[in-house]
Amino acid sequence: MYPNEVELQWSVLIVLYPFITGLVAGAFILASLERVFRVEAVKPTYRLALLTALAFLLVAPLPLQLHLGHPERSLEMYLTPHRSSAMAMFGFVYLWYLMAVLLLEIWLDYRRDIVVKSQTTTGAARLVYRALTLGSSNLSERSLRIDERLGYFITVIGIPSAFLLHGYVGFIFGSVKANPWWSSPLMPIVFIFSAMVSGIAAVMLLYMLSTRLRGREIDIRCLDKIAQYLFYTFVIDFSLEMLDLLQRIYEADESFRSLDFMVHTRLWKSQVIVQILLGTVTPIALLGLAQILKLTDTVRKRIYGLAGCLTVVGIFAMRWNVVIGGQLFSKSFLGYTTYKMSFATREGMLTAIALMILPFGILWVLVKLLPPWPDAAIPAAGATPAHGTS
Amino acid sequence: MDITRRRLLVLLPAAAVAWKYVLAGTPELSPNYKLTEHWWTMLIDIPKCIGCGSCVRACAEENDVPDGFYRTWIERYHVADWRLERPEVESPNGGKQGFPPNQDAGGKNFFVPKLCNHCADSPCTQVCPVGATFVTPDGVVLVDKNYCLGCRYCVQACPYGCRFINPRTKTAEKCSLCYHRINKGLTTACCEVCPTGARQLADLKNPKDPIHEFLRTHSVQVLKPHMATGAKVFYNGMDGSVR
Amino acid sequence: MIALFAFVILRAAVVPASFGQYGHYRGAAIAETAARPIAFAGHDACEACHTDVVEQKKQGRHVVIACEACHGPLAKHADDPSSVTPPKLDTAILCARCHEANSAKPKGFPQVVTADHSGGIACDTCHQPHRPKIQTSTNETKTETKAEVEKKTEGKK
Repeated sequence: MYPNEVELQWSVLIVLYPFITGLVAGAFILASLERVFRVEAVKPTYRLALLTALAFLLVAPLPLQLHLGHPERSLEMYLTPHRSSAMAMFGFVYLWYLMAVLLLEIWLDYRRDIVVKSQTTTGAARLVYRALTLGSSNLSERSLRIDERLGYFITVIGIPSAFLLHGYVGFIFGSVKANPWWSSPLMPIVFIFSAMVSGIAAVMLLYMLSTRLRGREIDIRCLDKIAQYLFYTFVIDFSLEMLDLLQRIYEADESFRSLDFMVHTRLWKSQVIVQILLGTVTPIALLGLAQILKLTDTVRKRIYGLAGCLTVVGIFAMRWNVVIGGQLFSKSFLGYTTYKMSFATREGMLTAIALMILPFGILWVLVKLLPPWPDAAIPAAGATPAHGTS
Repeated sequence: MDITRRRLLVLLPAAAVAWKYVLAGTPELSPNYKLTEHWWTMLIDIPKCIGCGSCVRACAEENDVPDGFYRTWIERYHVADWRLERPEVESPNGGKQGFPPNQDAGGKNFFVPKLCNHCADSPCTQVCPVGATFVTPDGVVLVDKNYCLGCRYCVQACPYGCRFINPRTKTAEKCSLCYHRINKGLTTACCEVCPTGARQLADLKNPKDPIHEFLRTHSVQVLKPHMATGAKVFYNGMDGSVR
Repeated sequence: MIALFAFVILRAAVVPASFGQYGHYRGAAIAETAARPIAFAGHDACEACHTDVVEQKKQGRHVVIACEACHGPLAKHADDPSSVTPPKLDTAILCARCHEANSAKPKGFPQVVTADHSGGIACDTCHQPHRPKIQTSTNETKTETKAEVEKKTEGKK
């Protein structure tokens, strides 16, 4: 062990960060399934997926800020970005995705509803909606069609942007040649697919939960479709991760002995048990069964719920194993250290829990402000039903 | 003069830029020292190292290094047999108080002092998001502690484990090759106190520096050459087991 | 458009003046780093005043060792000798750091197991640290230059 390696550099907050951006990218891809690829069945989750993505994207910089030694200097990343640094360039990718893709798409999709609400509500709510209209109040046939076309265009750009967002996070790890656990050209791809898995599962669970809370009927066709996409994406994700593992075992380069020992000892519970067995193999098996066997709606819903929860836990474990696992072994391949997660400090477990709860709070506010429910659509006199309603 | 909006738009940025220059009062380097005339490095002669720890102590004193962190450290290697990739290595407190006496365990035993390799193609410099760590024109990799965010990416990117985060300044820190000494004609603190001359500061751009002759007549290595970092600290007599 | 303009203004105002002077970093940082206070004066500074010790060291193997290797950082003393008195050293601990026998030390390097060698008493009971070889009647007074000692001890494993 090099003497400076005993203390871990990146804590649970840096585990949270790829997890959160992964949920963003995944939720957006699910939304784009409907908008770009015209998968009608998943329409009920379209707006929910977008709002989920926004809620999580707004929280994403927080773990980073809390982790920095000097958060007050973080603006330097935008003022003097070092072009060779993946981390610096990511700041712009994030900004692009937030401003040019997500916010714009949400605004365009909701514009009609916002304008109507700005005219029909009263008091503080009216002020908020008036501000949200950004001055636009044109609801003519032509302007709505422009909204539609522009929104489509932005989603088309948004898909590679979502891949770029989370692929970049993968690259931040995958490009570190000093760390053999991270350094791999597969890393951005694995991150993207596991992001899609976690995002789709999260939106699915949120849809099930919110529909139940609102006392409405779940659209089982929609759920089946989402579960199907989750299944396929998961199979690809699992194959990629197994490919990485098998190649490592076969090639057995200098780092292998050290990493192998680490997986068998320090990472056994989090990687083999939680991530692989409980978090990947089990949900894939469950979802596969739901595809093959003829099961009743109730059973299928239960399976989707269980599979979704296990998936989200499994993907979190994957982030943990990548970030923390990559720091548990020495770069000399001759030693190991332990991660002592503190509880109530700036980078402790309490903060991590709070940061995971916060997006749901933001989502709650967003949902109240811009209801995504298919049956909450505002009918407009004479106009054809705008996109997003069913 | 009327303050019209147009005039203000021109004056404000000009004023902002000018104000910045007024505020900046920079200390100067010694007048005789030209950055481009030097290319600093270090030579470590492993057969001479006695593991006394003087270098580790001197560095900590000279550079105010916090306890538990090391800008330089010493490792003791024990290589039992032919398996070069499985040495036993220890570094009690970085070797700061020397090493405890031991029984002669057979095999091959030696000390290896380590420090920042001041890489010419430094991976830590490549990943710094803001330019807080950099290679100076005279070949030393430094950290600007007034600009560093403390994001720790550089610590992850260094293959040699020579960087750490100073708990007081909350910024990245590492061996600076005693930059404040070498441009005044002094040698580094570690080289000053090394009793056997195992550590020697060298200036590759000085034609009279003994390192040129040394590199010509000895077999030397750098640490982790497969990382292609352009490491500039040369090790004489380094065994293949050194990690 | 306005946002871009505002950003440019902000940037010009906030980015440090010397940034980009030599590369993608604050040029002023070089001089700031070079302005650190010095703790070790360097043996040249000691030798300017303590010529008697220099003569003594020349007669033994310790001629190659810098004064501050044992005496610690004394730049403050070199700047103003009367203000700082270097502390007396405890040879029982100090000498053992180099000379305690260890399998990893080069074989030709003088090392002893202090428990057997001296039973733990202070080394300067018998040895004079500036000229460590114990003087007997057959010893000649011999001066060696630093280079000669280095040549003698080079490559010894």
